[in-house]
Amino acid sequence: MQKYRTDMYEGMIAETITVPGHDRTVLNAYFARPLGSGPFPAVVLIHHAPGWDEWYRETTRKFAHHGYIAISPNIYQQFGHGTPEDIAAKVRAMGGVPDDDVVGDMRGSLDYLKSLPQSNDKAGIFGTCSGGRQAFLVACRTKGFDAAVDCWGGRVVMSQQELTPKYPVAPIDYTKDLSCPLLGLFGEEDQSPSPQQVAQHEQELKKYGKTYEFHTYPKAGHGFFYYDRSGYRQEQAVDGWNKVWAFFENYLETSDKR
Amino acid sequence: MCTGIVENTRVSGSGKGPRGWFLLDQASVSYDHPDHAQAERAVIIDLLSETAGPESRIAVELTPQSARNLVRAILASISRGEAMDRDQERESSVIDHPVFSRTKSS
Repeated sequence: MQKYRTDMYEGMIAETITVPGHDRTVLNAYFARPLGSGPFPAVVLIHHAPGWDEWYRETTRKFAHHGYIAISPNIYQQFGHGTPEDIAAKVRAMGGVPDDDVVGDMRGSLDYLKSLPQSNDKAGIFGTCSGGRQAFLVACRTKGFDAAVDCWGGRVVMSQQELTPKYPVAPIDYTKDLSCPLLGLFGEEDQSPSPQQVAQHEQELKKYGKTYEFHTYPKAGHGFFYYDRSGYRQEQAVDGWNKVWAFFENYLETSDKR
Repeated sequence: MCTGIVENTRVSGSGKGPRGWFLLDQASVSYDHPDHAQAERAVIIDLLSETAGPESRIAVELTPQSARNLVRAILASISRGEAMDRDQERESSVIDHPVFSRTKSS
């Protein structure tokens, strides 16, 4: 939903800042917000398994363009610095980021955004791929978010064999604690999550009477928003983004608009 | 990371990256969504130097079938190489023996 017009002024600030992370760590974060006093709703973005990369910087700016204060913290910071792909490979080899750390990192970014004078005191969380899984997990384990978007997050449903000290509980088992409405976008051809796993998650949401919207797109697999990867699907991506804007507008915006 | 499937093993050898050769000490093999390969899933192989840092990495993304082909090619190469080494050892022992005998008799 594009609310801007050709005759309106637009400006934003976008830069790397530092924010509190889990256990008193300090994380680099990419931050973008519209110019002006607001108040604006806020969104925390959890980057995907390929790392804290260019796509997430662009997407952070995309949220600012749509009127949100947006932040994308580097949840791989504890693994050192390098190119996003090299750090992502290191994280992959080491079995990922502990769920507890991610929850702590997101709390830090949420508190930071809500402390800003431009904030309207509403905040959402958005993630894709592993970040989609984590967005749901954080929305279950943290109070303070008003809406969550899980884009094709794999391993929300996990077998006992998949549980590790870093991932001790399958996110689906936290469903009863989900603290805000959830939007889920998935590809019918994806196998992580598979359509069966998405259906299982949906059943759990229904069981606990949670507010949610799930959309599964035909002829799309994993990561269909990523224009720089082979899985990009233009029609599904455009529709998916429109659903993201409508969802966040519904739950994050107040009557106090720009 | 979406599948969580990763197998790590220690390796010994060298790899060549954009900045030249470096010593390898780890191989990480995943089955997951690739960064670049034109496939929904790929076998992702990272050959790494833990001591040299994350930029010392040889990255490969292969379709599952081509990864199987690579495994077969590696095993076949090792098998032929080791057979050749055994033959050469036998030949050298045959050649060495008379020399040893001559030396002994002289």
